[in-house]
Amino acid sequence: MHELSLLENVRTILEEHAQSQHFQTVENITLEIGALSCVELDALTFAFASVMKGSLAEYAELKFKRIEGQGRCFECGQLTPMIELYDVCIHCGHFRVEIVSGLEMKITELKVR
Amino acid sequence: MCGICGCSDMSFSGKFSLVNKPNALLFTSYDSNQGDESADKSRLIQMEVDLLGKNNSYAEKNRHYFQEHGVFVLNLVSSPGAGKTTLLVETIKALKEVFPIVVIEGDQQTQHDADRIRATGVRALQINTGRACHLDAQGIGVAVAKLGIENNSFLAIENVGNLVCPSAFDLGEAHKVVVLSVTEGDDKPLKYADMFYAADLMIINKIDLLPYVDFDMDRCIAFARQVNPTIHIIELSATKGDNFSEWTNWLRVSMQKVIKSRAL
Repeated sequence: MHELSLLENVRTILEEHAQSQHFQTVENITLEIGALSCVELDALTFAFASVMKGSLAEYAELKFKRIEGQGRCFECGQLTPMIELYDVCIHCGHFRVEIVSGLEMKITELKVR
Repeated sequence: MCGICGCSDMSFSGKFSLVNKPNALLFTSYDSNQGDESADKSRLIQMEVDLLGKNNSYAEKNRHYFQEHGVFVLNLVSSPGAGKTTLLVETIKALKEVFPIVVIEGDQQTQHDADRIRATGVRALQINTGRACHLDAQGIGVAVAKLGIENNSFLAIENVGNLVCPSAFDLGEAHKVVVLSVTEGDDKPLKYADMFYAADLMIINKIDLLPYVDFDMDRCIAFARQVNPTIHIIELSATKGDNFSEWTNWLRVSMQKVIKSRAL
């Protein structure tokens, strides 16, 4: 997935919030990233400093909160853990599973001043 | 992945050598230099802001516009060379007298694809994304305004050839259509699961080449359904015309539905 685009979005969101919430510097950023969201945390980390250079988050630390993938089986109705989008239900083996969590890509917390 | 291959407007000339940890250290010294008084000013802000929120809101605006004007929009995605442009050219030849068709072409460089579409007599607008590897909803909004699309039209958006990044970017389309050619291998739905998960229709193209390649159709379909149990699948050959009418019929029916729902 497009980690650089996502980080550019993060920078824009920070700039908008800096205006509305009156802060000058971001000290750390917590991103909630679902395990099924196809975002590579390593790629995000790798590009972070470059994208934030010259911005109010230039010296910020990037933190992640990983959300595990989980689905609900259409067949047996039970919740089942998902590591990949195509995982089958661990209870009945069916692959008609609706994802209920794991696709998140959000900013959830900022430490600012 | 894109963060590594550099398909964005970002310059890669910056310092890249795992800068994150040094930055964290820099931050610490910056913090302690401020003294207690300013350190107290640090505060936490809780939020729930989607990283794709902005794109999604542009996509919703586009979708609303398309619905109001009876424009049926497909976002065609595939790896490079799967046959998206040929599929479109043949679709236009078959249907341009049935309803108005316009095309938005996304490529990193060149006008070649838009030129191929224009040769059919249909209007096409080429978006060159430069280093970016996908189209976004804002760009589509601008392109649609430039094109000035007639009511009750079919708008085909041919995305940048890439089975990864375009999966995440909603453009406001009715459906993502993933085109997979039999020369690419039958395991692509599992290898690039995000795209097949995001698509509503899979077109398996170049079926005229099946005798010459090691492609197991049943296996491919089973993999696609494993990722996306509700995906609709059409097997065809755009160049030879094999089973092409299944696709054009699907398009006709979809167009009729859109026009009907606008009339209501």
